[in-house]
Amino acid sequence: MLFQNLGYPWYLATLMAFFVYAGTAQFMIIGLLAAGVGLTEIAISTFLINSRHIFYGISMLNHYGDWGLRKVYLAFGLTDETYSLVTTIDPKDAVKKKQQYFLITALNHSYWVISCTIGAVIGSSFSINTQGMEFTLTALFVVLLIEQWKKIKNLLPFMIAAFSAAVALYLFSEQMLLVSIALSVTLLIANNLIKKSR
Amino acid sequence: MSNTEYILTVILVMTIATFSTRIMPFLFFHGRGNHPIMSYIAKYTPPMIMSILVVYTLKDVNFSNEIGLYTVLAVVATITIHVWKGNPLVSIFTGTFLYMFLIQM
Repeated sequence: MLFQNLGYPWYLATLMAFFVYAGTAQFMIIGLLAAGVGLTEIAISTFLINSRHIFYGISMLNHYGDWGLRKVYLAFGLTDETYSLVTTIDPKDAVKKKQQYFLITALNHSYWVISCTIGAVIGSSFSINTQGMEFTLTALFVVLLIEQWKKIKNLLPFMIAAFSAAVALYLFSEQMLLVSIALSVTLLIANNLIKKSR
Repeated sequence: MSNTEYILTVILVMTIATFSTRIMPFLFFHGRGNHPIMSYIAKYTPPMIMSILVVYTLKDVNFSNEIGLYTVLAVVATITIHVWKGNPLVSIFTGTFLYMFLIQM
């Protein structure tokens, strides 16, 4: 729906829902397109915002068997919603397990494509002034940050991140994103090693 | 590049970026899902990245003019509504609408 306000035809929203299939990233791209950023930034931002999926995948390693192309599709469809469903159910029977995982993934995927298409078609019937829409990006990250805080309730990662962001911003303003992420992950691992050696 | 071609390229780039985050663990960590350092990183990386992304989106805002003030107001509104209601979509929409309203006045 928001996508429409940038003046693109509705079927592009359908295509994006089908292939990209990532709510936060699709939400984010509206802000990025409105701000007119380049393809490299889009690739990096999409990768970063979806980097949490790496950890979903890691925790599903022992659940998804060697099912060939089906497994590739299950990995492709491992969104926040799918992840929360497949980790909630616990089928005992191996054959059933494969079918249920596949069904959940495919149903979630089709609901997503259908609802994005409906949103885009409705959105094309009216338009608004999009100035300031890039704030969706800030709002999205602020909300995700609060959600992370609720889950973790530990100041450490936030302090490491704030420190790394400040250093990166001060020293390498242009490459701030990459530098601060590399620095904070390094500090995090260093912290873990120090804790262990004590 | 025409506008439609550009968006198709954007979709392709986003598809590759998203899919790589989802397929990577299955390619690289096959059978090593239970290592303690992995779960430690898995737990603490998302809050760090979110914090950094918030700073990143705000780094070019000039806090000494009215845009800076609108940004602060909209961020405070987003946080307040999110802590109060806990619904991500409501918080994002309200914060963004407030910001768009202030900036377009």
